[in-house]
Amino acid sequence: MLDYAWLMLVFPALGALIISLFGTRLGRRVVGFLAPAMVFLSFAVAVALAIQLFSLPHEEQSHSVLLWQWMAAGNFSVDAGLLIDPLSIVMALVVTGVGFLIHVYSTGYMHDDPRFPRFFAYLNLFILMMLTLVLADNYLLMFVGWEGVGLASYLLIGFWFEKPSAADAGKKAFIVNRIGDFGLLLAIMVIWTGLGSLRFTEVFEAAPEVWGVGNIAVMTATMLMLLAATGKSAQIPLYVWLPDAMEGPTPVSALIHAATMVTAGVYMIARSAPLFDLAPTTGNWVAWIGVATALIAGTIALTQTDMKRILAYSTVSQLGFMFVAVGVGAYAAGIFHLITHAFFKALLFLGAGSVMHGLHGELDIRKMGNLRAKMPITHWTFFIGAGALAGVPLLSGFFSKDAILYNAFNYSIPLWAIGAVTAFITAVYSFRMVFMAFWGKERDAKLWSHAHESPRVMTIPLILLAVGALLTGYLGLPSLSLIDPALEPAFEAAAGASEGHANLTLELILLVVSGLIALAGVFLAYRAFLVNKDLPARVRAALGPVTKLVDNKYYVDELYNMIIVNPLRSFGGWLAATFDKGGIDGAVNGLAGVTGWLGTQVRRLQTGMVGLYALAMLFGAVALLAWLAIR
Amino acid sequence: MTLNLPLLSIITFLPLVGGLVLLLLPGARAQKWWSLIVTLVTFVVSLLLFVFWRNGEAGMQFVERVPWVPQFNIQYFVGVDGLSLFLVLLTTLITLLVVIFSWEGVEKQLKTYFFLLLALEAGMIGVFISLDLVLFYIFWELTLIPMYFLIGGWGDSHGTYTFLGRTMPWRIYAALKFFLYTFAASALMLVAILVLYQQGGTFDLLQLQNLELGQNLQMWLFLAFALAFAVKVPIFPFHTWLPDAHVAAPTGGSVILAAVLLKMGTYGFVRFCLPLFPDATKTFMPWIAALAIIGILYGGLVALVQKDVKSLVAYSSVAHLGFVMLGIMALNGQGIAGATLQMVNHGLSTGALFLMVGMLYNRRHTRLLADYGGLWKQIPLYGFLFIIVALSSVGLPGLNGFVGEFNILLAAFQTNPVFAVFGTAGIIIAAWYLLWAIRLMLHGPLNKPENQQVRDLNVREVITLVPLIILFFVIGLFPNLFFDKINPSANAVADALNGQQPAVSMTIDK
Repeated sequence: MLDYAWLMLVFPALGALIISLFGTRLGRRVVGFLAPAMVFLSFAVAVALAIQLFSLPHEEQSHSVLLWQWMAAGNFSVDAGLLIDPLSIVMALVVTGVGFLIHVYSTGYMHDDPRFPRFFAYLNLFILMMLTLVLADNYLLMFVGWEGVGLASYLLIGFWFEKPSAADAGKKAFIVNRIGDFGLLLAIMVIWTGLGSLRFTEVFEAAPEVWGVGNIAVMTATMLMLLAATGKSAQIPLYVWLPDAMEGPTPVSALIHAATMVTAGVYMIARSAPLFDLAPTTGNWVAWIGVATALIAGTIALTQTDMKRILAYSTVSQLGFMFVAVGVGAYAAGIFHLITHAFFKALLFLGAGSVMHGLHGELDIRKMGNLRAKMPITHWTFFIGAGALAGVPLLSGFFSKDAILYNAFNYSIPLWAIGAVTAFITAVYSFRMVFMAFWGKERDAKLWSHAHESPRVMTIPLILLAVGALLTGYLGLPSLSLIDPALEPAFEAAAGASEGHANLTLELILLVVSGLIALAGVFLAYRAFLVNKDLPARVRAALGPVTKLVDNKYYVDELYNMIIVNPLRSFGGWLAATFDKGGIDGAVNGLAGVTGWLGTQVRRLQTGMVGLYALAMLFGAVALLAWLAIR
Repeated sequence: MTLNLPLLSIITFLPLVGGLVLLLLPGARAQKWWSLIVTLVTFVVSLLLFVFWRNGEAGMQFVERVPWVPQFNIQYFVGVDGLSLFLVLLTTLITLLVVIFSWEGVEKQLKTYFFLLLALEAGMIGVFISLDLVLFYIFWELTLIPMYFLIGGWGDSHGTYTFLGRTMPWRIYAALKFFLYTFAASALMLVAILVLYQQGGTFDLLQLQNLELGQNLQMWLFLAFALAFAVKVPIFPFHTWLPDAHVAAPTGGSVILAAVLLKMGTYGFVRFCLPLFPDATKTFMPWIAALAIIGILYGGLVALVQKDVKSLVAYSSVAHLGFVMLGIMALNGQGIAGATLQMVNHGLSTGALFLMVGMLYNRRHTRLLADYGGLWKQIPLYGFLFIIVALSSVGLPGLNGFVGEFNILLAAFQTNPVFAVFGTAGIIIAAWYLLWAIRLMLHGPLNKPENQQVRDLNVREVITLVPLIILFFVIGLFPNLFFDKINPSANAVADALNGQQPAVSMTIDK
């Protein structure tokens, strides 16, 4: 059965191919059935594989499937093959499971779009590429998925390409990601040059022997992978594309820019755990980049007013938490948060989409209020999602975030402290959305009076995701975790490092602290946005310039344009206009000009007078003879 | 299985004979169909090379050898190995597609146009199969003449250029520049060929590679050959003829120029410079690799600011050919194999880009990016195919360009990691300028009235593009279909160069 893992790829591939070739002729009904069905079939295969895989003994839970011999040149060769192990199958389950729900939701959300078939062709393509990324058994095939999801993201962000902002956002996402891809490609080269293989199993086996801890090669490779991960997972310094990516249709934000694609960097680091274990310095970088991104993005989320932008910065921030986890070596905790986040963030985005649907495209929370009266299902599911995001006790995000903070505490107390502050901020901005959009009084009566609940094809996925956001946390209850042992075969080397000497008392204390932090954040949001409404304005006034800085997202986009984008373009312009045309081509034309001028000068010698020619011949002959004689 | 037919001669001279017959045919219709039949048959016959290929052999196959000018030991000596096989196939395929493309849009002198195309095809194939230096040189120069007339006769009809105080149509300037620049550089190659003859008493490439040349002489001969090839490739800073020639040429000419003619330069390095002058090659390697890298970054940055989509594609060729040169200069089996495949990839991708730019030009009669905008809404099929073609050119994994670029970069990494770091940076710029072009052409609002009248692709145009697009996927997913045939020859060149057995890279397989 495990050998049929390729079926997971075949279904979405077929879906993308059929819809892109015949989509318009098939019509909405067929496409709207076919695309989700293909993802569901992949999901079914993933479930079957998971059941079989987890029934095997631990040491056999890693299975390679060779697809074909991909490329061989010189002494290099690599095959297209899949690796089925707990990590990849858990990722495949999340991708196909959440992906299926979002496909269903999209059939409602995109119903009136003229390019309905194209949307689903892209979505199926995305699922195909994401599965390639997580199932690949070597770095190069993973890279195919890695850039493939980037392509799907580019196409989907720019889906409404008539809008210049959407087209620009797609382009920006792809190019910024390519900077990360540059790192991954070089990392692949370092790995192959050092270890002579790109297959995960062989690389991880050879690395400790060939490289050892702290080796310069393994440091280089992991730092380059970190660069790649900051691109895909939107961390400092490459996070700038993700907020703009919200120009895409909302289901895209939910699927690609929250639940799955952006977690690829976390997945890659977790997958490369044996390499990162050899490079503790890189791990340190990962953790600190993660926590810094979490804090900065969290503060930006506090002041944004567009619901999707808040969620986007929140995603950046939560990905930062996952980076902290994989940075300190708590890979299982990182993957655990990845799973819970996939559910509650997809839920929140789809909830935002439902609000948008009900309010005819309005996303500004300052114009909302009291929507719970009009959209009860959206409200309750959004409430659960926000609770999970805030880390309210007993919801999923609480357990996974606590697991990360606990591991951060063991690694470094300042790291934990910044994480805890960010967790507090998270709770505040999560419930700022809930209270401003759904509670209180309506702010825009006209908008409110036209608001309506979304159709069932959209609310049922919301409910299912809300169930996920409620329950996935219990997969990983501290000390009776299902996640850690399940993922153990994938993280053998790391298992001892963080989970080994668990201190139950400390764990419980931190659990309570985490819960209190979240509740305090929710309470503050309640006070500030429902009871004492002038409080936010007073805080903003008191902070003055800081507010302006945060409102403008710390001017990072402007900074990048000023120091990288514009100089490069001007340099290109100077090369093209001055250096190329004037310098090089000028030299070429100049040489031709000199030749031409010489030609016209020499032509004057051709006077047509035979006597002159004879004289010249005579002189020439004499000179030649003289030269021969002297020599 | 063997085939007792002089396949290579048939492939080379079929277009030439066909072209001569074409001159007797009256009427545009008959001329078009005849050209199509000739190029189609040539293509099909060239496929037999692939079918009857003996896998795993490094040496020359389908060899034909007859004395030609016995007094000077000049032979008619042809053969193909893994390095030239796919370039021959690329030539026959691209010429066929250009004929199909030229069904419409060639406004004058159709018969002469097709005749020049067919003559050009014969010349290009001849370059890739010649194993005698005189024969090679004749074919090399033979390609110049039809291309000169194609650019000068059917090229851009708007621009003018003032040079040395004289104002002439820009296409004439471009054609002259193309001709004189390449011709001047290859004159030095002719001198080098004659010196080689004086040293070895033969023009036979397979014998000449055994020649022990003095260090100093090797340097000079290498430089003479390398200059001729460097102008053709073109390697920075010898590239300035290219934007003029590519942009001024008619679409068919640009396609052939980019897809095939440039490969004559890179192929020349692998076929002649590396085996004949191994020591000189190693001496000059860092310099040429550095120029290749400059070409990658320079071509990309200049492409980024172009206002004319055709010159954007032209400068992208400078960058892509930089990758090919970098692979060759890695001087190992992987690099040479990767570069050989990348020559084919660039031919397919950039050929397709020029075709698509030409299709749009036929509709809008402008090449300025600013004149387009929002076209994807108006012509969805065009947009869909253009994006696939652009992604192939960007080197998206899963498509053809990635396989070549990755192997080149990995091979360069083995030689010197710094090469690979700068080369890899080039892929970021590649994404930047092509997505920029897509952004300006296809995305954005469709608000210019002229663009709201544009027709989508017709069946003939789709037929022109589909073979290329299928090949993008085949090469990207199953590159070993190609590497299996390229590798033995590429490894032989690398081994010979690095002084390992076999001592010579090119042999005749029995």
